[in-house]
Amino acid sequence: MENKERDMKQFLTFVKKEFLHVLRDKKTLLILFGMPVVQILIFGFALTNEVKNSKIVVVDYAKDIASQKIIAKIEASRYFEITKSLAGSAALEAAFKTGDIKMAIVFPEGFNNQLLHENKAQIQVIADASDPNNATTLTNYVSSIINDYQAQQNQINPAPYQIRPEIKMLYNPQLKGAPNFVPGVMALILMLVCVMMTAISIVKEKEMGTMEILLVSPFRPIMVIISKAVPYLILSMVNVITILLLSVFVLDLPIAGSILLLFAESTLFIITCLTLGIFISVKTDSQQTAMLISLLGMLLPTLLFSGFLFPIENMPLPLQWFSNIVPSKWYYLIVKGIMIKGLGFSYIWKETLILFAITIFLLIISLKSFKIRLS
Amino acid sequence: MRIIKFLLIKEFKQIFRNRAILAVIMVMPVIQLIILPLAANYEIKNINLAVVDNDRSDYSRDLINQVVASGYFKLRSYNDSYKQALTQIEDDNADLILEIPHGFEQNLVRENKQQLFIGVNAINGTKAGLGAGYISNIVSEYNNAVRKKLNVPDRFNAVPVIEITASNWYNQHLNYRLFMVPGILAILVTIVGGFLSSLNIVKEKEAGTIEQINVSPVKKYHFILGKLIPFWILGNVVFTLGLLVGWIFYGIIPLGNILVLYVFIAVYLLAILGFGLLVSTICDTQQQAMLIMFFFVMIFVLMGGLFTPIDSMPDWAKTVSKFNPISYFIDVMRMVIIKGSGFRDIQNDILTIIVFAIVLNTAAVLNYRKTS
Repeated sequence: MENKERDMKQFLTFVKKEFLHVLRDKKTLLILFGMPVVQILIFGFALTNEVKNSKIVVVDYAKDIASQKIIAKIEASRYFEITKSLAGSAALEAAFKTGDIKMAIVFPEGFNNQLLHENKAQIQVIADASDPNNATTLTNYVSSIINDYQAQQNQINPAPYQIRPEIKMLYNPQLKGAPNFVPGVMALILMLVCVMMTAISIVKEKEMGTMEILLVSPFRPIMVIISKAVPYLILSMVNVITILLLSVFVLDLPIAGSILLLFAESTLFIITCLTLGIFISVKTDSQQTAMLISLLGMLLPTLLFSGFLFPIENMPLPLQWFSNIVPSKWYYLIVKGIMIKGLGFSYIWKETLILFAITIFLLIISLKSFKIRLS
Repeated sequence: MRIIKFLLIKEFKQIFRNRAILAVIMVMPVIQLIILPLAANYEIKNINLAVVDNDRSDYSRDLINQVVASGYFKLRSYNDSYKQALTQIEDDNADLILEIPHGFEQNLVRENKQQLFIGVNAINGTKAGLGAGYISNIVSEYNNAVRKKLNVPDRFNAVPVIEITASNWYNQHLNYRLFMVPGILAILVTIVGGFLSSLNIVKEKEAGTIEQINVSPVKKYHFILGKLIPFWILGNVVFTLGLLVGWIFYGIIPLGNILVLYVFIAVYLLAILGFGLLVSTICDTQQQAMLIMFFFVMIFVLMGGLFTPIDSMPDWAKTVSKFNPISYFIDVMRMVIIKGSGFRDIQNDILTIIVFAIVLNTAAVLNYRKTS
């Protein structure tokens, strides 16, 4: 009993030491707290998947009433911004090559005449497909604007057998970026801050030679490591709270489900990340290697495999399997479920279990390969 | 000049001595460039579809068949009610609900009019937008087919029709890799260059070796140049490796002059390394430098125009991205590699990056103090 008490006291002393380390470094602290704030704001306000304000040019050989009307309609939509009218298609190539336009619309000579007399006229739509999705989306927009125009013109005798699809965008009617990005950025920041900070702070002691001093102390070696993780656990929890407050009050993104559940899941994820950080620190000897691994090895894969930028189901099968071992993928699913869809625990127990299993697994192999003696 | 030579020898020795890091620098970007474009695939093809067919008529079946036959949708489940279909969306088993109301066929044939209900999971805006676009197109095609089948009288064919011929320049087959590979390469080169340079001076500070340089007759700009040049060379090597990977694995050959690319990357690396060195002079520990770099790189990457279009951003964000070097790099890569743009087309980008490079490196030299 006495032993336990002593152990506990020692542990708290160590945690206090680590806290002092962290708190003393004001620059790091500023970034640790400032980063999530700035990033959530930037991503909440700046990033959207919606394509709008795309710069396009018009080549109007017709210059008649029909072409003018269609151009006016296109100009009025918020998707397009007509930058200039080119005189001929010769200048098109050059305009595309300097990269400032995304699409060109060409009206042939005598457009209205053909339309009235031959009942048929053509409009040529040229998209810059170096960004394929953008090209598809813009082409769709233009087509629907032109179709709209036609429907208006033909109102007097509408086409029969009309099927009108009524489309409802669920969860995110304005197609805002925030519902998708906030959970993603949360996963990304927690992952990188926890993994990187823990890994570096442990490896740093190795590099400076102070690890030896800690290891020869009567304190249990594994406790040395754990006490290093505690300050980051608390820092990250503060970060989670900040992010949630920001997204609710600044981004107007309410938490649809249980806050308590969300917080518990976040804590689990933070612990997963911390163990990953410990694992990296056990395996590496220099800060630079630890950093390069946690960054090069984590930044892009986390961005890509958590599923918030790119749909996982589109990836080749081996990569889909691989995405299963990326913890942020599961966390992203959990946050999206609770925050946006308002789901309860019964919907996300599987994801939770997987995160839990990853944590235990990392913990066990870190413990196994943790060497008490330095070479 | 001689001093710089000696400094360079020192730096290169240090770089080559640490094989592990050298391997990481060379191998990681290559592996990532091979794998990531496979992952970063936004060709929306497998949209999971949940169908609620309340009509169960020939017409509704035809419509469903046509939707599935388009290749964009994967029929995942038939549901009895909209509510049931919604749970499919909640479980992420479906992205889009197509509900065909009761009496679809009858209403269509008798009353000339029928509504369809489509619900899209819009958490991911791009996917939702494209999915909705695809299904509307399919429905209107189906609609045309129905009209033909029901023998619409001639007078309706007299309605003038505007035909839209759409062409996709530079990337006819809408190959998503052609779009992603140059962009990812730009990001990787930036990450490698930025991080190596930002960690370097700090490392000397932490190890205490910077004091030895400080008491030597090495001038400030000597020191900065000595740090800059090795990483500049490494950056070029990584970039070249990346172009080779793009060519070997994805068959991407720059349409434009490769020399234009190298001129740009030469200037760009100076700018990004200058930025790293500036961060390095500000910080006291590698951990700090790393965090600051991470902070900026994440903003640069996500706002660089690769993942979401810059045109759609609000004005203030557009202004911010004018100061984002990656967005210029990604733009130039695409212009030269995919569109075959030449010097004249990208001269503004080059000039901007030159200004960045001068400002950042001057700041780094000024900010590096030999006395603490």
